[in-house]
Amino acid sequence: MLSTLLEFALVLGLMTGLAVLMGKWLTRVFTGTGHALPERFTYRLLGINPLETMGWARYGSALLLSNAAMMLLGYIVLRLQALMPINPLGLAAQTPDLAFNTAASFITNTNWQAYSGETSLSNFSQMAVITFLMFVGATSGVVAAAGFIRGLSRSSSADIGNFWVDFTRTLYRVMLPLCVAMALVYVWQGMPQTFASQALATTLEGAQQQLIVGAVASFESIKHIGTNGGGFFSMNAAHPFENPTPLTNILHILSMLLIPSALTYTFGSMLLQRRQGWVFFGTFLVMFIGFLALVYGAEQTGNPLLTQAGANQTLSIEQSGGNMEGKELRFGIADSSLFIATTTAATTGSVNAMHDSLTPMGGFVPLAQMMLNCVFGGDGVGFINLIQYALLTVFLVGMMIGRSPEFLGKKIEAREMKLVMLSVLAHPISILGFTALAALWPDTMASLNNLGPHGFSEVLYAYTSGTANNGSAFAGLNANTPFFNTTIGLAMLIGRFFTMLPMLAVAGSLAMKKTVPAGAGTIPTATPLFMLLVVFVVLVVGGLTFLPALALGPLVEQLQLLSGQTYN
Amino acid sequence: MTTQSIFKGLLRPVLVSAVFFMLLTGLAYPAFTTVAAQLLFPYQASGSLIERDGLVIGSALIGQNFTKPEYFQGRPSMTLGADPQDPSKSVSQPYNAGSSGASNLGPTSQKLLDQVAARAKAYRQDNGLPADAPVPVDAVTASASGLDPHISVANARLQLARVARLRHIPEADLLQLLNDHTAARTLGLLGEPRVNVLQLNLALDAHQPSIAVSE
Repeated sequence: MLSTLLEFALVLGLMTGLAVLMGKWLTRVFTGTGHALPERFTYRLLGINPLETMGWARYGSALLLSNAAMMLLGYIVLRLQALMPINPLGLAAQTPDLAFNTAASFITNTNWQAYSGETSLSNFSQMAVITFLMFVGATSGVVAAAGFIRGLSRSSSADIGNFWVDFTRTLYRVMLPLCVAMALVYVWQGMPQTFASQALATTLEGAQQQLIVGAVASFESIKHIGTNGGGFFSMNAAHPFENPTPLTNILHILSMLLIPSALTYTFGSMLLQRRQGWVFFGTFLVMFIGFLALVYGAEQTGNPLLTQAGANQTLSIEQSGGNMEGKELRFGIADSSLFIATTTAATTGSVNAMHDSLTPMGGFVPLAQMMLNCVFGGDGVGFINLIQYALLTVFLVGMMIGRSPEFLGKKIEAREMKLVMLSVLAHPISILGFTALAALWPDTMASLNNLGPHGFSEVLYAYTSGTANNGSAFAGLNANTPFFNTTIGLAMLIGRFFTMLPMLAVAGSLAMKKTVPAGAGTIPTATPLFMLLVVFVVLVVGGLTFLPALALGPLVEQLQLLSGQTYN
Repeated sequence: MTTQSIFKGLLRPVLVSAVFFMLLTGLAYPAFTTVAAQLLFPYQASGSLIERDGLVIGSALIGQNFTKPEYFQGRPSMTLGADPQDPSKSVSQPYNAGSSGASNLGPTSQKLLDQVAARAKAYRQDNGLPADAPVPVDAVTASASGLDPHISVANARLQLARVARLRHIPEADLLQLLNDHTAARTLGLLGEPRVNVLQLNLALDAHQPSIAVSE
């Protein structure tokens, strides 16, 4: 127990320190004026002028169109997998609906996987499609945040930066070097990194064992630094090759939190309002600690029905106890809970334990964090989501006390609030709308692995994960059907671009405005009080929308668990 | 700003960036990392393969299916494999490293509870425990990967008497061997104390090779 608390404190402490270091570095990347040699080469190749400044519409269009081209390229390669090289196991191409789902999933930084890595993707596809899309998807998120923060920092200007410069620099100065270094640490800890596809072994008892290997470490490093989350293997970061030791587990966790937490510091630096940056960091942290406590408590307490069946779930010096169904022993309850809280906060979506087998309140945590979608959030977009709620807070508080809302010295008017509401509403409409549709769809029952409220949670989780661009799953659900592939694919695209583009428009609109000096009527936003107000608005606006759906899933399941109700 | 000026000149960078960044991040990056990894850490980079008498017997990181009572047994595994009779069907094939998998059964699933009860009963019989003794949770629940190489110390200690009896090793000697193969928390904080079943069983065979051959 004590070691668990110390471990949690250590991780949060390291995260805070790394947020400062990375935050400073990102500030230099976003504000620097020089262009390194490989960058100048890339600009010439792309045929762009690095000195061009872009308004939000052009910046957003470049992002949207380049993402579309990359997604299409990934789709084509997946469809032609059988003709591509480095496919010694002779794996067939993905079907059209599955390839659409996969390409949409990875370009939107979701990494939902309706396929199983070992049996569906060649090593070529794992690299040229999956690793590629993980890099560009994550980089696009960071770049959107760069444009967004720049927009907030300017006044009377249409310019929010140059998309191509931001993209190239983020890739060359942040993503690639970090990933190479981290991949080598991962290999040292035991992750495979080879061009071979398999190794054959004869076990101690004489059975044949086929060990699937490949470029795993290079995949894992971008997967977590990029808050991507897709697994090389079907069982993702629970697989010993993807997450061999407790140390790699903690490195995964710190990698996921790295950029989302650092962006609050970068924001503070670029706006010369450090205090404001820390207030946003604190907002993230308060929510995160609350959710972590909830999932750890629920999983350590365990499942009373397992005790009745003969399992000893007591924590002792010889065992971690708790609900170990779908968990790995080297992580136990503490490291699994920390991972669960992190992967759905930072909307990564990799898993080191099977969320489908969590206790009801344990499963409530990932669902709730993805529904709020701004407890750290994914690379770039998490920060944008938080600002969306901060604007909403300023607006609501302003209305309550009868003052015109201002944020960072800019007046918040009807146009900004309309865009914010579009972004706020797209999220629940996609989640609840698609879930309702799936609940009515006749074939859905055949895809469920569990019945009762847990079966409903499997479907709700799928669309929440897709829309929040998370990618984790209640993986019992068989989502590889044309209906689920198509609708979840659409949910991912809606969740990504109906948040990112309206919020870029908000940034563009704020950049055009004059900065007005703070007056007596201005609500100070760099205070602990404002931090609590934002948490409150997130929970009320973000949370209450989903309460009826949560009541039908994990909440009623918890009551049934306590009364001993089971399902066949 | 007009629509025309928003999209002007975007076609080339959009197309070139897709192809160029695919080559860079999808091929050059993993290729470079692979070469570096193979030079620096060739053993780990190839899958931490363990050889005995020139034969690859497994990976130090991946669990194996142990059914013989003179071996320590790993956690229940829910991995599937192709049915030898009908390859289009999947059947239970524990510790199939070609297809990691979990039960994904929820906490109120009767199927899960039946499985746990059956495993607890078998565990008590195998290890001579009273019929109502609680069994360590890791011994009766399936792991997430289906390839979990570890068991808890509690679980290993309950299996100790059985293995010692079948192998005619004094329990004190076996306890020593077990302690030598128990990994502590990293830095005293990270992860859980644990026993790698494959490595412990390898040590058992090395301790008393005749048993392994005769069985």
